[in-house]
Amino acid sequence: MKSQQVLQRFEIRFSGLGGQGIITLGKVMGQGLAIGHGYNVTQTQSYGPEARGGSSKCDLVISSSPISYPKAESLDVLVALSQEACNTYYPYLKPGGALVIESDLVKQPPTNQFLGLPYTRLAKDKVGIAQAMNTVVLGSLSHLLPFINQKTMRKSLEAVLPEKIRAVNAKAFNLGLRLAKKEWGDDVGAVWEKE
Amino acid sequence: MNEITGNEIIHQYLRHNKKFPHVLCPGCGHGIVLGTLIRSIHSLNIPKDDVVIVAGIGCSGRLAVYVDFNTVHTTHGRALSFATGIKMANPKLNVITIMGDGDALSIGGNHLIHAARRNIGVTALILNNNIYGMTGGQSSPATPMGATTMTNPFGQLDKSFDTVELARGAGANYVARGTTFHVKKLEKVLTDAIERPGFSVVEAITPCHTQYGRKNKYKTPVDMYKWMKKAAIPVDRYNELSEAEKEDRLAIGVFVERDQPGFEERYFDLKAKLQAQEEKGGK
Amino acid sequence: MARRKKRKEIFALGNEAVVEGALLAGCSFYGGYPITPSSEIMEIMASKLPQTDDGVFIQMEDEIASMGAIIGASLAGRKVLTATSGPGFSLKQENLGYAVMAETPLVLVNVMRGGLSTGLPTCPGQGDVQQARWGTHGDHPIIVLSASNVQECLDMTITAFNMAEKYRTPVILLLDEITAHTREKIEIPYEGEFEVFSRTIPSMPPEWYKPYEETVRGVPPMPPIGSGYRFHVTGLTHDRNGFPTQRPEEVVELMDRLHRKIDQFFYDIQLVEEIQTEDADTVVIAYGCVARSAELAVQQARANGIKAGLLKLKTLFPYPRRQQEKIMANAKTIIVPELNMGQMSREVKRVNQGRASVRTINRIDGQIITPSEILKVIMQG
Repeated sequence: MKSQQVLQRFEIRFSGLGGQGIITLGKVMGQGLAIGHGYNVTQTQSYGPEARGGSSKCDLVISSSPISYPKAESLDVLVALSQEACNTYYPYLKPGGALVIESDLVKQPPTNQFLGLPYTRLAKDKVGIAQAMNTVVLGSLSHLLPFINQKTMRKSLEAVLPEKIRAVNAKAFNLGLRLAKKEWGDDVGAVWEKE
Repeated sequence: MNEITGNEIIHQYLRHNKKFPHVLCPGCGHGIVLGTLIRSIHSLNIPKDDVVIVAGIGCSGRLAVYVDFNTVHTTHGRALSFATGIKMANPKLNVITIMGDGDALSIGGNHLIHAARRNIGVTALILNNNIYGMTGGQSSPATPMGATTMTNPFGQLDKSFDTVELARGAGANYVARGTTFHVKKLEKVLTDAIERPGFSVVEAITPCHTQYGRKNKYKTPVDMYKWMKKAAIPVDRYNELSEAEKEDRLAIGVFVERDQPGFEERYFDLKAKLQAQEEKGGK
Repeated sequence: MARRKKRKEIFALGNEAVVEGALLAGCSFYGGYPITPSSEIMEIMASKLPQTDDGVFIQMEDEIASMGAIIGASLAGRKVLTATSGPGFSLKQENLGYAVMAETPLVLVNVMRGGLSTGLPTCPGQGDVQQARWGTHGDHPIIVLSASNVQECLDMTITAFNMAEKYRTPVILLLDEITAHTREKIEIPYEGEFEVFSRTIPSMPPEWYKPYEETVRGVPPMPPIGSGYRFHVTGLTHDRNGFPTQRPEEVVELMDRLHRKIDQFFYDIQLVEEIQTEDADTVVIAYGCVARSAELAVQQARANGIKAGLLKLKTLFPYPRRQQEKIMANAKTIIVPELNMGQMSREVKRVNQGRASVRTINRIDGQIITPSEILKVIMQG
């Protein structure tokens, strides 16, 4: 087995609209990295009267050593699933950090250096339900981030889901993984390979 | 051995290590209510260890200290919330709250409403003397309209609460009213109330001559008992009166008798169900 | 010693960790009223307690009644918990004083949110610190604990229950919105690995029992209601039998004992964590979520060659005076960052008595104090 990559405060922000499953996405990924992979992880979220339609935000800080400050400060990865979220949080992205966008919803990315997939459409057309969109994102990130063991992440995803929606989400996860590889290339995450 | 009666019963239940005399004024009806409560508990043969008296604040709140049960003298208006905790923690206990009218209907009004809604297995004994006695005779929500008090020197402007209707509307299992003149009847309804599962309310009309009576047309404590004797009539006869005739009368007796399961019963049934499910699932 | 077993790991919210800790400590009764940002504690209890052997969960009509219910349940022998936030904490104060007076063990969690009044319901704050100390009327002793990460939420909840039971007193656990709403991996200790203390019950026959008698520890034994020890519980100042008294010598005896039973066990109660303080000439004193920012700032300062350290307060009251005295042997500058206008810094200054330079960082805009804000002040020296 490959030894686990050492990380020093790797920061990911998921942002978009309420109802897109952003908090769940952060929770599932955080759980997979903390319990499945054994990293130190803190997950925080914007908390408020932000029901469906409002803005939503969820941060993950991932590290091999204990995490003191739990909030994300300068982002390694920004996942923006709405134009507004992209505009708001893009300035917090580190130089060299990756911007991942929902390419149908973020029509005007602030830079040409981004990774996009039409997540909502993919979930609707290829998986059959739009709600599985967040799992497609999780799949694509599992390809992007070299420190994620795809098998472990898939397992941990299945562990937190009720049986009824497990198969659908496995499908969505695999779809994200496959398309990210196809669209973004094999070595998209190479910058983080050795750190 | 001869059956013990009267004061002998009461002496069995008083705390002899508590320094008497008590705090109550001459002519006060609270002692009569406490005696009645003791006789009710005695008649039901409930061991002292299984009785919890939870009292609020005010003259009525002081009653708990004199009796040899488990006694909790709580904060103003909150007796029912403490009682709810005790009952839920140990449903085998007989939990009886003693509250005054200000205690139960004003500062503790919300707790009374919700204890009734929840139908928690507690008996609420409300001693209504129409006034805040201990603090010196200020208006309570049970002070009759027009009465003179320290905080309504020109006459009470607002209407008084009808404890019975309030408890009925909020969902109590058992609601009754008695007076300290009709002691036997009071004992009967109090005994029924303690026996019945779910939430029971007994309003005891008790005179406060010191702070209420003498400032409102009752020259002596005896005048207040005369008023109770004259005004109180059984509820079925009261209901036959015209609205005008009802004005000066006070209905006593039993007003509500329901058989809804108490909250604790519903909660522990749920627990049993969940446990059975788990055992089934485990196998 | 029990054989070392593997600890279970979970990825949990601070609020969830409170529940885990409470259940491990033997909590079997929750009475509460929903309020942001503490509601998860109540919601998780609502699903867990009915599924335990003897657990009771009850949603009360208001915050005042929640306190009443848990005090009643505690008198009946249960280990009890309630949780709230800002406005609810104000309402809890009435019966909190009763619990101190009637020496009723309970744990009250306050997840601090921003602002006064309704304020900033979904933002962090630390504005309830002095309220936790002095919120209920009348001179009284109180134990106030805090936690700065999710693991500590679990550990300090267990500690809170143990102290409540050991000293027959309410214990307040002050969290903040950040700590309560952060998810982290925590380890759940296995049974036998940690101490679970339960109140001492009387061993003498009921007729000899005096409920508020002087004892060596200052803590009288406490039987559950209904166990044959019939006695009187009251919020009035009372004598050894529990009966109301106004005799000055009896009043003084009670009040002395209430204070002494907490004060004399400072070594057990006053908990801190010292991080790189041995040689530090600049020490940050912090608690809750701000202590995490401070820890990173201290690391960064050390990397810049500055002898910085952190004194993390896990007990806020009684204030760990001796631990501050200790770090003041070397400290020339003390920095107190907090999400209020300066509440713990009052305690720090009181102990400091003008010796070191005390600098405060205060933020009340509903945002956390960042490591860089603290680092800036450390670098200024």
